[in-house]
Amino acid sequence: MTNREILFNPLFNNNPIGLQILGICSALAVTTKMSVALVMCIALTVVVAFSNLFISIIRDRIPSSVRIIVQMTIIASLVIVVDQILGAVAYELSKQLSVFVGLIITNCIVMGRAEAFAMQNPPWPSFVDGIGNGLGYSLILMLVATVRELFGSGSMFGYEIMPLVTNGGWYSPVGLMLLPPSAFFIIGFLIWVLREWKPEQVESSEHEIGEQTAFSKV
Amino acid sequence: MSKPRNKDSMSNIMTVALSVCFVCSVMVASAAVFLKPQRMANKNLDRVSNILMAAGLRNIGSEEIMAEFKKFEVRLVDLEEDRFLSSLEISDLGIDLQTYDQRRASRDPEFSRQLLDEEDIASITRRARYSIVYMQRDEGAITKIILPIHGYGLWSTLYGFISLSGDMNTVSGITFYEHGETAGLGGEVDNMTWKASWNDKQIYDGQSVALRVVKGKALENSPSFKYEIDGLSGATLTSRGVENLIAFWLGEDGFGPLLKTLGS
Repeated sequence: MTNREILFNPLFNNNPIGLQILGICSALAVTTKMSVALVMCIALTVVVAFSNLFISIIRDRIPSSVRIIVQMTIIASLVIVVDQILGAVAYELSKQLSVFVGLIITNCIVMGRAEAFAMQNPPWPSFVDGIGNGLGYSLILMLVATVRELFGSGSMFGYEIMPLVTNGGWYSPVGLMLLPPSAFFIIGFLIWVLREWKPEQVESSEHEIGEQTAFSKV
Repeated sequence: MSKPRNKDSMSNIMTVALSVCFVCSVMVASAAVFLKPQRMANKNLDRVSNILMAAGLRNIGSEEIMAEFKKFEVRLVDLEEDRFLSSLEISDLGIDLQTYDQRRASRDPEFSRQLLDEEDIASITRRARYSIVYMQRDEGAITKIILPIHGYGLWSTLYGFISLSGDMNTVSGITFYEHGETAGLGGEVDNMTWKASWNDKQIYDGQSVALRVVKGKALENSPSFKYEIDGLSGATLTSRGVENLIAFWLGEDGFGPLLKTLGS
């Protein structure tokens, strides 16, 4: 695989949320506002890219018996550093993200890429793979956030697009969009569109319903 | 990097584990130490701008914030004895007004007390004995007093400030700087229009706290209109939480008795 493929495959062909259904938790939690979602995307992309890079550098030395905890230590440290930086440069947004930056540690995408890619590949492709997966995650997150903020609050990045009734406008917001379950519906639709466009992503069903035979025997 | 002969040997496991821990802890510690001043400054600026927001000043730059804030007088109130403490008493208590953390104090048995169930209308369990208030004076007379308030909403404790005019009865602003209510529903406590609807409302009807957050819209021709705030739609429990925390902090166990003395 070329670096180009490594970078762009996670966007549509192998999207961490769309195909692997990883990282759903934060996709529900931080997508009510686009600005918050964007910061989360940047934070996650940075963490995946660098955790992949560092893990790949020491991959030949990591003993297999303690590899998960070594990966976790590296990821957790990166997350703390990112959290500290956010607190220093983007205080308002880091306040809104609250625990979710910390929860990047438990984001399956980060561990998944470390274990599946960085442990077997050289540093540079691993770094690119991290960026790619971060972008794949960001793509879905930003789409979800756009829909939720536009229809839930009538705004984009905090700028009013459709004036709300409560502020003397005409748009009565869809309350469901502000609640986490709406992200499930939107992600569901996105996955549907993605698989309609790329049918090879459709999984074969695990169980076949047997043919109806009872009536034919009567 | 030369490949170790046996990366699963005990010595290699120990070496890798220890060196990873060492490098990571240095990284985390240095980030924490280098960024601490900036983080503390942000936190302080955020707190101060919220105090000013309660006082009705918004959309001012960060340098003006500090300049504006200097115009306020910072006092410490003893909520058991309902009076201001002198600077001598404050230093005797070992409290520094710049760094006094009321939230931490409310967990410290020496500086707080457990509230009885019937007292605890704002669901805060413990109340710190000392509270900081901010005041603005005009020729000696208090024109504005800003009180810290907090209480439980639906999911979270709401922390904020309420500002009263010189008569110690008329609201001149309210703001919540920290809460975890549902964005768009209970989170609408941040809504500018809603916060502005608090202005000129009255707290006390004679002796007791009369201010209510009503369900739906407050009716303009109702006799109690000056005590009523529109409820937040879709957020009955958050609205009730706000009502309760006002009732607590401006009531007998809060700043009520002090405000009465100041107002008379």
